Amino acid sequence: MSSDLVVSIAGVTKTFPRGNVTALQDIDLALTHGEFVSLIGPSGCGKSTLLRVIGDLIEPSAGTVTVNGKSARQARIDRDYGIVFQDAVLFDWRTVAKNIALPLEMLGWDRERRKARVEEMLDLVELGSFGEHHPWQLSGGMQQRVSIARALSFEPALLLMDEPFGALDEMTRERLNLELLSIWETLGSTVIFVTHSISEAVFLSTKVVVMSPRPGRIAGTIDVDLPRPRAAETREDPHYFELVTAVRELLRKRGQHLLPEEEPL
Amino acid sequence: MNVALRRTGEWTPAIVVFVLAIAAWEGAIVAFHIQQFLLPKPSDIVSSFWTDRHTLWPAGWYTFKEALGGFAGGSLAGILVATLIGRFRTIGPAVMPLAIAANAIPIIAFAPIADVWFNPLSPVSKMAIAGVLCFLPVMVNTLRGLQRASPRQIELMRSYAASDLDIWRRVRIPTALPFVFTALKVSSVLAMIGAIVGEYFGGAFNALGVLIRSDAQILDFQTAWAGILVASLLGLALYGAVALLERIVVRWAPAARDS
Repeated sequence: MSSDLVVSIAGVTKTFPRGNVTALQDIDLALTHGEFVSLIGPSGCGKSTLLRVIGDLIEPSAGTVTVNGKSARQARIDRDYGIVFQDAVLFDWRTVAKNIALPLEMLGWDRERRKARVEEMLDLVELGSFGEHHPWQLSGGMQQRVSIARALSFEPALLLMDEPFGALDEMTRERLNLELLSIWETLGSTVIFVTHSISEAVFLSTKVVVMSPRPGRIAGTIDVDLPRPRAAETREDPHYFELVTAVRELLRKRGQHLLPEEEPL
Repeated sequence: MNVALRRTGEWTPAIVVFVLAIAAWEGAIVAFHIQQFLLPKPSDIVSSFWTDRHTLWPAGWYTFKEALGGFAGGSLAGILVATLIGRFRTIGPAVMPLAIAANAIPIIAFAPIADVWFNPLSPVSKMAIAGVLCFLPVMVNTLRGLQRASPRQIELMRSYAASDLDIWRRVRIPTALPFVFTALKVSSVLAMIGAIVGEYFGGAFNALGVLIRSDAQILDFQTAWAGILVASLLGLALYGAVALLERIVVRWAPAARDS
């Protein structure tokens, strides 16, 4: 059903003139409302570039990107998506509360409304008492939660995440995976999640899109039909292992020697 | 422990060293019979500082105003030029290497020339020297700060469809502020140096640099040293004022919080 489409990408190619690199070639992808889609692939496969093309932070050389039924440019101007980067990208000169309020300021919300929403968001990411702290006073995991709260504060239909937990340790990462899932299930938004971790992609997603490099293209798509809500036990489900293996196979077949880093299960 | 007490605790070593150094100075002069024209006793300098207060203090104030004028003018010009260069990125690469090279020129060498360009007896000639001294470090550091904005933060702002003005207000300027204040602290010291050295080459009879020089010429070293004390105190005051302003404005900087 086309009205359910949140993101629709047709024939997108991106070449960077410098070094004549083809970062993306002929990408077609469609996301429906409420999906959690991971983009996975070795470095150089263009997964972050694709995310930025969807967010209209990079312009494609060819092809069209439609977000919420309009052009990617218009969707950005309408603030239809929130974005989270690998680093939390917090502003040191703002308190945690003011960092979360930044997009709300840009939207012209008044002080009362901002304050109420920031309180809600702090509770959502379980940082209730840290509003008046400065970012540098928080751990890496807490900073990334602030960043997620900021991206979700204005209730965008789409959440773009560029390796958001890549810089965190394994334990923090697994805890934040669970938190992200519970937030996603509460808010019902659509998520595009770039990662280079196979297990993370399978654990979180409804769909894993495997990409291969040089030129960056989609090698295949795997539907993740694991039961919801996912929990720590999901990682012990035999079907989870089958899916992880399937993703790995797809990466190996298409990526040849360019495998992502092996990781213990 | 309460904060005030801890602050005092942090300062104690410096105060002890200062008192010991002054005592050693005083003691050495008595012990080794050092002639007062070589180095007067601190106690004599302080007594001159008081007895000659009717000439020294107004002279200090006069010179301080010159330094302040140069500091304000030079720093403001530095910030403005840096903002223009930062705004129109194409001129940056053309100007930056020149500015950095110019920063290495001992500008103070131009002091006699500034006296020719402006009336040596007017405070404007000293303000010009102080101003030129302040301009370059402020300009170079401000520009560096403006260019230090994180590309990710700018990308984030663009995801909110932020205008260029928004990006300046919310990213570039806050990023640059710690750099600007570092430069302002440096230039506050330079301004005082510029004004006094400028006066060594000639200036109004009631200017501090002129007084110090003429006292030294008539071998009144005690008063000359008292003049230096006045200059030092005023220089410290200006530096302190800028540092205080920095603390108020740049409260967030991780560097400021543990200094």
